[in-house]
Amino acid sequence: MYKRGIPLAHLKKGKTGRITHIRRGYHGGPHGRHHGLHGFQRRLNVLGIREGQIIRVDSKQPLMGPITISVGNSQMTIGRGIAYKIIVEEL
Amino acid sequence: MIKKIVLMGNPNVGKSVVFSRLTGANVIASNYPGTTVDFSKGKMRIEGESVEIIDAPGTYSLQPSNKAEEVAVKMLKEADVVINVIDATNLERNLYLTLELLERDLPVVIALNLWDEARHLGIHINEEKLEKLLGVPVVPTIALTGEGIKTLVTRIKEARSNEKIKPTSDEGRWIEIGSIIKKVEQVEHRHHTIKDRISDLTIKPLTGVPIAAGIIFLSFWIVRFIGENLIEHVFDRFFYGVYLPLMNGLSGRLGPGIINDFFIGRLVDGEIDFVQSLGMLTTGVYIPIGMVLPYIFAFYLVLSLLEDSGYLPRLATLVDNVFHKLGMHGYGIVPMFLGLGCNVPGALATRTLETRKQRFISATLLAIAVPCMAQLSMVFAIFSQDPESSILAVESWQYPPVVYISLVFLTLIILYIIVGLILNKSIKGESPEIFLEIPPYRRPNLKTVLKKTWMRIRWFLKEAIPWLILGVFLISILYNLGFIDWLGAIFEPLMEGVFGLPGVVSIVLLTGFLRKDLAVGMLLALTSTVTFNPMQLVIIATILTIYFPCVATFAVLVKELGIKDMLKSTAIMVSTAVIVGIILRFVLLGV
Repeated sequence: MYKRGIPLAHLKKGKTGRITHIRRGYHGGPHGRHHGLHGFQRRLNVLGIREGQIIRVDSKQPLMGPITISVGNSQMTIGRGIAYKIIVEEL
Repeated sequence: MIKKIVLMGNPNVGKSVVFSRLTGANVIASNYPGTTVDFSKGKMRIEGESVEIIDAPGTYSLQPSNKAEEVAVKMLKEADVVINVIDATNLERNLYLTLELLERDLPVVIALNLWDEARHLGIHINEEKLEKLLGVPVVPTIALTGEGIKTLVTRIKEARSNEKIKPTSDEGRWIEIGSIIKKVEQVEHRHHTIKDRISDLTIKPLTGVPIAAGIIFLSFWIVRFIGENLIEHVFDRFFYGVYLPLMNGLSGRLGPGIINDFFIGRLVDGEIDFVQSLGMLTTGVYIPIGMVLPYIFAFYLVLSLLEDSGYLPRLATLVDNVFHKLGMHGYGIVPMFLGLGCNVPGALATRTLETRKQRFISATLLAIAVPCMAQLSMVFAIFSQDPESSILAVESWQYPPVVYISLVFLTLIILYIIVGLILNKSIKGESPEIFLEIPPYRRPNLKTVLKKTWMRIRWFLKEAIPWLILGVFLISILYNLGFIDWLGAIFEPLMEGVFGLPGVVSIVLLTGFLRKDLAVGMLLALTSTVTFNPMQLVIIATILTIYFPCVATFAVLVKELGIKDMLKSTAIMVSTAVIVGIILRFVLLGV
């Protein structure tokens, strides 16, 4: 099914979006090969990176550095690569 | 019968504070206190019975994503009761772990912590309803003030599981959590607070980077300030005013002979010299307590403040770019910081990194380029030019001490980056990106900070003193056998030819395998027979950091990396030391 939206990495600082879809393979590498990858995805889910959640971009580090986001009452820093895999529709 | 209680919870929920409340001052064992790396064990009393209580590392779920979390999951197997500490300000995501625990049919009591913070944020939780829905006791707590802890203790025996909660899929769990949240939680709209503003400023690159530089500089300044003043006004007063006469008396009573040689050591100009005498009761006690402990105390005090305030994850965010190029991610700064106190906890902290590649790079760089506080405090002593306290007779000081110390640091920082870049390119494996929760700023609780500092100091003393005394003992035997001079002569061509250093420096490096602070102590002891120029001292201090970790760190690294990787890492260390030594010789000595 076609999903509308832009990668979270393209959302401007201070903007909010709703997660519509999360693309698989957070690390770019082959899936689930190394230790704890599964747990890593779980961690994303537990911290609120799930479909339907509302997410705000708080700051972006330069040179494709990580971005800091808020979901609910949690704030977290995620790498830019992960942010490209999270698809949001801007609110 | 309850014998073992395990504390489980997400990171940053105040679990360690709950632990410290439950155990009082009575923590019996802790591999390394205060980090989420390893567990702490303690005892508490429930209705007169002594019960063991374990503080497991923080984890988001029972499917671990790193080694630290694996430790947490393993602890569960031994638990008779689990106290699940929950962050009331983040009920939804904390309940995920709770459901996983209940699915496993473990007897659970819930501490709904940070209750006050939730109120401030306009979050209202109906804890009675939550208790009914989950079917296990729920106790609101404010661990920092101790509120609710008594009730928690009395309700431990009510711990039970909930048979109605069956293992389900991820989605199933989130649906269940959603329906629970709807029934128990009400959230008012919240306004931006001053804390949010500070948080923004410290994480935005434009303001965050200068603030980070300021905080790091200030931290080091405070450590030196506290360390120096403690030595001058407290420790040296004790050692020279009380301890020295005591030792002189003992020495007189023992009379000359081998026992005197071992305990008091040789006399320098007819007197005991705490650094040069090399006796077990003189040098063996003075180095760890009189020279190193004051700095260790200062360092851990500042580190605990940085940790408990919640600043470190923000720093990790700011440095992520750099660390990612070195094959790690921003959180790699935490093992490095801990390593500055002592390399052993630094090596343990590499567990929080996700892949083998990251852990290998982090551990190798730690061993190569991060000097521990014990070594640093001795290096500070070397370059102290205060004529009264200057221990070292050097040919000529051309620059103020800060220049020499900066040279050591500068070399090590450059090395950290260069070796990191090379390792990132040459080591196979993945380097996952940073993914790190940023907890809200919290005002550190003085009591907790002091307790943590104290536990770390106690841990340092337990680790350091046996090795130091053993080291001093071995050295005095080797001295008496003439082995030291022999060794110096053998290594003369190597040291002189390659590094432009006197042959006896090989003894310093050998001693460094036991303890780095003792090694610098040996260097000071040598100055009665050999004259060094300040740049040679810079080279020695630098190589001493690079060439090999001390035995305690080595043992931990073998355990963490495995023998094969450790051999690889060792080869990198030794060859780096040789290359850097030669380069420094040309740059600093000009020969």
